[in-house]
Amino acid sequence: MNLYDLIVIGGGPAGLAAAISARQSGVEKILILERDNELGGILNQCIHNGFGLHTFQEELTGPEYADRFIRQVFSLGIPFKLNTMVLDISRTDTDQKLVTAMNREDGLLQLYARSIVLAMGCRERSRGALNIPGFRPAGIYTAGTAQRLVNMEGYLPGKEVVILGSGDIGLIMARRMTLEGAKVKLVAELQPYSGGLQRNIVQCLEDYDIPLKLSHTVVDIHGKDRLTGVTLSEVDASGRPIPGTQERIACDTLLLSCGLLPENELSEKLGVTLSSVTGGPAVNESLETDIPGVFACGNVLHVHDLVDYVSEEAGRAGIHAAHYIEKHKNTGDRGPKPCVTLTLRPEGGVRYTVPQTIRPAEMEKTLLVRFRANAIYSNCTVSVWLDDVCLLHLKKAKITPGEMQQLTLKKSDLEKAGASGSLVIRLEEASHENA
Amino acid sequence: MYDVIIIGAGVTGCAIARELSRLQLNVLVLEKEEDVCCGTSKANSAVIHAGHDAQPGTLKAKFNVLGNAMMDQLSQELDFPFRRNGSLVLCFDKAQLPRLEDLLERGRQNGVEGLRIVTGEEIKTLEPNLSDEVQAVLFCPTGGIVCPFLMTIALAENACENGVCFRFDTAVSQIAPLAPRESNTQGEAALGWQITAAGGEVFETRCIVNAAGVYADVFNNMVSAHKLSITPRRGEYQLLDKKAGNLVSHTIFQLPGAMGKGVLVTPTVHGNLMMGPTAENLTDREAVNTTANGLDEVMEKGRRSVPSLPAKLTITSFAGLRASEADGDFVLGEPKDAPGFFNCAGIDSPGLSAAPAIGVYLAKLVADKLKAEPKPDFHGTRQSIPHMASASPEEQKVLIAKDPAYGNVICRCETVTEGEIVNAIRRPLGARSLDGVKRRVRAGMGRCQGGFCTPRVMEILERERHLNPLAVSKHGSGSELLAEATRQETELETEQVTGPEADGKGDRP
Repeated sequence: MNLYDLIVIGGGPAGLAAAISARQSGVEKILILERDNELGGILNQCIHNGFGLHTFQEELTGPEYADRFIRQVFSLGIPFKLNTMVLDISRTDTDQKLVTAMNREDGLLQLYARSIVLAMGCRERSRGALNIPGFRPAGIYTAGTAQRLVNMEGYLPGKEVVILGSGDIGLIMARRMTLEGAKVKLVAELQPYSGGLQRNIVQCLEDYDIPLKLSHTVVDIHGKDRLTGVTLSEVDASGRPIPGTQERIACDTLLLSCGLLPENELSEKLGVTLSSVTGGPAVNESLETDIPGVFACGNVLHVHDLVDYVSEEAGRAGIHAAHYIEKHKNTGDRGPKPCVTLTLRPEGGVRYTVPQTIRPAEMEKTLLVRFRANAIYSNCTVSVWLDDVCLLHLKKAKITPGEMQQLTLKKSDLEKAGASGSLVIRLEEASHENA
Repeated sequence: MYDVIIIGAGVTGCAIARELSRLQLNVLVLEKEEDVCCGTSKANSAVIHAGHDAQPGTLKAKFNVLGNAMMDQLSQELDFPFRRNGSLVLCFDKAQLPRLEDLLERGRQNGVEGLRIVTGEEIKTLEPNLSDEVQAVLFCPTGGIVCPFLMTIALAENACENGVCFRFDTAVSQIAPLAPRESNTQGEAALGWQITAAGGEVFETRCIVNAAGVYADVFNNMVSAHKLSITPRRGEYQLLDKKAGNLVSHTIFQLPGAMGKGVLVTPTVHGNLMMGPTAENLTDREAVNTTANGLDEVMEKGRRSVPSLPAKLTITSFAGLRASEADGDFVLGEPKDAPGFFNCAGIDSPGLSAAPAIGVYLAKLVADKLKAEPKPDFHGTRQSIPHMASASPEEQKVLIAKDPAYGNVICRCETVTEGEIVNAIRRPLGARSLDGVKRRVRAGMGRCQGGFCTPRVMEILERERHLNPLAVSKHGSGSELLAEATRQETELETEQVTGPEADGKGDRP
């Protein structure tokens, strides 16, 4: 039987970092399964720089950033399989995990693992999911698909471009298409604020005089064979098109950067409980899902703004997986011991937190909690409460939905909590721009 | 000189072609698009109706019931997905009950078997997620669902394997009698037509079958004084993720109205859930665009039947045009003043269900006219492309052992492998575009709608069809996917060609 200590599903930034830290924590039999023909995941098509400022204190391109991790995977001798699609993950009677995968060389693979790290990343919301009416011509791409065509295949999908959605990939592609000689006419954003990083708005749009039209969306698509134009409309506060504001924009390409969806079809088949807010697994302080021994990290867990945070989070997932494997091997311990589990409840402007639950007994001395806001907040405070005790109170000048936030909780603060303890994270504002 | 030219490679054109391929005839199919199944046949409810809707005595009633009965055998012979999931017609208001009873009676007159009206608690046993407002349903066990792409493609492939020729990208612009004929001429010698294509090419044929969908009236009116008038009636649809595929197991209709059978909710043979269509009369015969109002209407009306329809799970939407003839019935056969010109016009719903029977009927008319003999070596079966996603592990192993490309997954959402895509391209009348691949093997048909597999399928098309990457299209000429090579790529290529290292390895033109 092919029994691994750990199988990592996905060889992108999350999978690589998880595998590396698991090996460094002493895990021997590790296997990374990657569906593309090289390790590195989406970083391979992100040829712009800006990666690694936190991790390496350097500005690297995507492939350079990935390369740092791939080299470690090589030097640590961690095996991986490329061009390998995982079709299914299930639990066996002995509480191992059975991974079914497929590739050209091995055919159908059935691999067993004590532990799994889910690191499948995310996908982009498509035109169909957005339900934009109109024709269905060629020339409509998600920003990431266009990025692959331009940066990896070497082809420009079109010459006159409208971008819907101001997610980071869309912003990056506005600059990229411009540099390749295309005319990017505008970026339209349904929300009254951009979902992308401020630095990308400056460096990718403003520096190239590309207009960002907030509170605008595409309401019709023209052209039967190749796209000939889109109809743009201003929207009201609830996102509905305002009659009379329609404007037809000629273009041959529409790029969509309207949100990323954690890709959890495998997790769902395995029976992992997902958060309806993040679209990723609900995890505890160890980044473990509600199936013991199954961990999640990176964009499959929740969509990150910076890859540095993905690597950091995945590193922790690898360490927790290592602990699990060690405990499992030594004691045959099947399940978690009963202990106090606190649910971290988001309130006010907090949209979600990761992790969603915390077992104080299982915490390290400190725990990094990441969260996102549901709108733009200025002069605001973030506070954490255990019952009626304020554990933390932070003042922030500005918090936007596009930028992930973080705070650190102390084990010593949470240890005293009872089983019925109420743990709340609250974001409140002095002035709320969208009110 | 052809014996028969069929105009239109939709489901009826292909059904007729397949039936004619049983005979010793020289048959050509002309299609204006780049593939079969590009018009009404590709955008409809994908339902094989039981046959209770049409008025007794109409061609629609007759051929619907006949076609429905043929589906089991046909889907086995030609290996395409068809399932008798049964259908329900919902009645929300007790005052409307007589209309449901009328439908039952009409169905019985049309020869539909097994119909019965269900009331009370049995309704929820049949279909637990129906609205509480449903008072009664007409249960039709013979209703079914089919993949209209694979059905049309199967018919066409089988026709092709039995000698029928297909010409794509060939729009017909003119039809004229081959020789001047006198009204009292009875002789066979006078029989014949000349067809001029948009590009100027001329075809001669003894007979024409007009299966031109929303354009069928145009061609009829070129040759006959018995004018037809076809209105393109648009229907919009929404398709939901497979996660919603089990919300209902039957095809759920509402009581029909003047413009058609209303908005239905149905599982598809591939496991998605679909709702639609709207019904809107247009003049533009190419207006297959969806509209905000139409899509809202589909969701709203669908929710009347199944209140829990999740809008969040929509993965795509589309619109089709029904070829609705002014008299409301199918128009089948020769107009009196155009012998040798066979209409197959006005094929709106239940056209898909009726197509196999229309094929048999039309082929018989043509065969009698031409006194055609059966072809002794006709081969009536066809094998579909292996489907890895539904194959057993043993079957998967066998396929990969035979061809490792069946182990290389290209479309992650639908688990479509390179082997399947290559097969779709290489087989008779194989795929030439992204949409052609999609209709044959479902690559790009899943929840990410091609976000992941589009560049990969493009690469396979390029390789298998020996295409310049810039010529790879979504659905034929004019829908090319790429504009130009990037600056870096152009420089690299120039270096490769001029550099001393150039070894001419690449097989790209």
